[in-house]
Amino acid sequence: MADTTGTATPDMVAPETDATGDGVRRRDFINIAAVSAAGVGGIAVLYPLISQMAPSADVLAESTVEVDVSAIEPGQAIKAIFRKQPLFLRRLTDAEIAEADAVPLSDLRDPQSLEERTKAGQKAMLITMGVCTHLGCVPLGAAEGEARGEYGGYFCPCHGSHYDTAARIRKGPAPTNLLVPDYEFNADGTVVTVG
Amino acid sequence: MSFPWANHYEPQNPLMKWVDEKLPLPRLVYNAVGAGYPVPRNLNYMYNFGVLAGFCLVLQIVTGVILAMHYAPNALVAFGSTEHIMRNVNWGWMLRYMHANGASFFFLVLYLHIFRGFYYGSYKAPREMIWLLGVVIFLLCMATAFMGYVLPWGQMSFWGAKVITGLFGAIPLVGEPLQIWLLGGYAPDNAALNRFFSLHFLLPFVIAGVVILHIWALHIPGSTNPTGVEVKKESDTVPFHPYYTAKDGFGLGVFLILYCLFVFFMPNALGHPDNYIEANPLSTPALIVPEWYFYPFYAILRAFTFDFILTAQLWGVLAMFSAILMWFFLPWLDRSPVRSASYRPLYRIFFWVLMVDMAALFYLGGAHAEEPYIMFSQLATAYYFLHFLVIVPIVSSIERPKPLPYSITEAVLGKDDDAQLGATVAAKA
Repeated sequence: MADTTGTATPDMVAPETDATGDGVRRRDFINIAAVSAAGVGGIAVLYPLISQMAPSADVLAESTVEVDVSAIEPGQAIKAIFRKQPLFLRRLTDAEIAEADAVPLSDLRDPQSLEERTKAGQKAMLITMGVCTHLGCVPLGAAEGEARGEYGGYFCPCHGSHYDTAARIRKGPAPTNLLVPDYEFNADGTVVTVG
Repeated sequence: MSFPWANHYEPQNPLMKWVDEKLPLPRLVYNAVGAGYPVPRNLNYMYNFGVLAGFCLVLQIVTGVILAMHYAPNALVAFGSTEHIMRNVNWGWMLRYMHANGASFFFLVLYLHIFRGFYYGSYKAPREMIWLLGVVIFLLCMATAFMGYVLPWGQMSFWGAKVITGLFGAIPLVGEPLQIWLLGGYAPDNAALNRFFSLHFLLPFVIAGVVILHIWALHIPGSTNPTGVEVKKESDTVPFHPYYTAKDGFGLGVFLILYCLFVFFMPNALGHPDNYIEANPLSTPALIVPEWYFYPFYAILRAFTFDFILTAQLWGVLAMFSAILMWFFLPWLDRSPVRSASYRPLYRIFFWVLMVDMAALFYLGGAHAEEPYIMFSQLATAYYFLHFLVIVPIVSSIERPKPLPYSITEAVLGKDDDAQLGATVAAKA
């Protein structure tokens, strides 16, 4: 194969002349360095391509909402929208609070007391997502005259989940209580900031 | 396909053997862009632009599909959704600048690829079909780029759509109804924007299909090379991988540096500020010009200012389309059997004159439609047609080419033992 016309293939490059003391060929080094740099660059390019599908700045900007709760009478509930989903804000009556407190935690699928689900000093103000924890339907019971289920809280008509007066799951397929979002009251307790 | 001495795909790994029996896709890649595809050993960097054009197509499809996730093709919100991409979407500014500058770089690469073909006679037999498909790809790219430029629904988008569809309106008798049909109305509006979006999404995949045909046709005779002498034997070639994957890889690196320079440091340098003003059907921008890559043809369009049998408007439209359609006939206009301009002293001079003429048309297409630019446009346009229709045919018949090397091997090494009088590879075999 002493071919002076030069049908060069990589194996025919004389390795002795190329090799340094520790046996690393200059060509191999350049090859590995170049391909590695290109590989790292290629993977880095994936980051923006994936990140662009995450919520954009305008969506994130709408991710907190303020609701005035001062006008809600005991026994009344209103609906607001938080992150494009319904939010239930209910002022419980004394009877509803007593009913919720009377249930032993050991009877609950998702044990939580009403205190744990409300803010200190605002035990009557129950704020939950209006999203059934089963498959995401909107439960009934927030509006006047709607069915409130066997436990007097909310009732999801899709698959028959019953929530009690503290919006805890009592019967039906839903795995957990209606979610309580992060929220804060303002100083005089009239406005909540959700999110 | 390919030469008889091409390396054969012989998978060693049992999994690769199993795949090869079921679906020989790795074999296809090996034979198309791997060690199984022998390529002339003397290709210079002008031969990088085919791979770079392919890279640009992928780049435009990837960034374009992403932009389409955030863009809304409705005249009421299109401009706003473009700004939404720029301001709200994560990395949206970068993806849009990548797409907009990607179009410019795509055309830059295409022009260099085409001019390489002019210089080295890549269009000549037996490669006519590769050339014809290439011109089809170029036309499809122009249509795609034009419709893409309409989508942001800025002032240049709107008036570009109006002017370019107006070209069809210049056709006698059917022109006006044709233009109204193209737009789906009397002026660009929601109907036009929606169909342009639909077609702008579709055409890149049509381009990809024609690119496959282009490469398929290329792999039958193989690449041309700077000598224009056909491959005769194994010593004329090297395997595509690793030789040209490495060379194309280096070219890609240089290309990306230039591209990133524009995307990150001067993303609007090639655009028009007027396109950041929302489309207004009641006000035309002061200077209405297309993107730079259409300048030469726009200069030809505007060069016709007087009626002669047909209207000036119609002459301009005909000349503009002919300027590209003429390329389809180039393999038959150039009768010289010598491919490479390196061995064609007379043609080489005229090639460079054409390049100067193209440069002039590039400049004039972006200039205001006033004197002296109009007169220079007319001269440059006249020369452009003169080159292809008169100079090329005449030069190819009167020119005395320089002696060609016996083989690529001889051109590279200075000698080829097979190059003896009366001796041919066939006789030795």
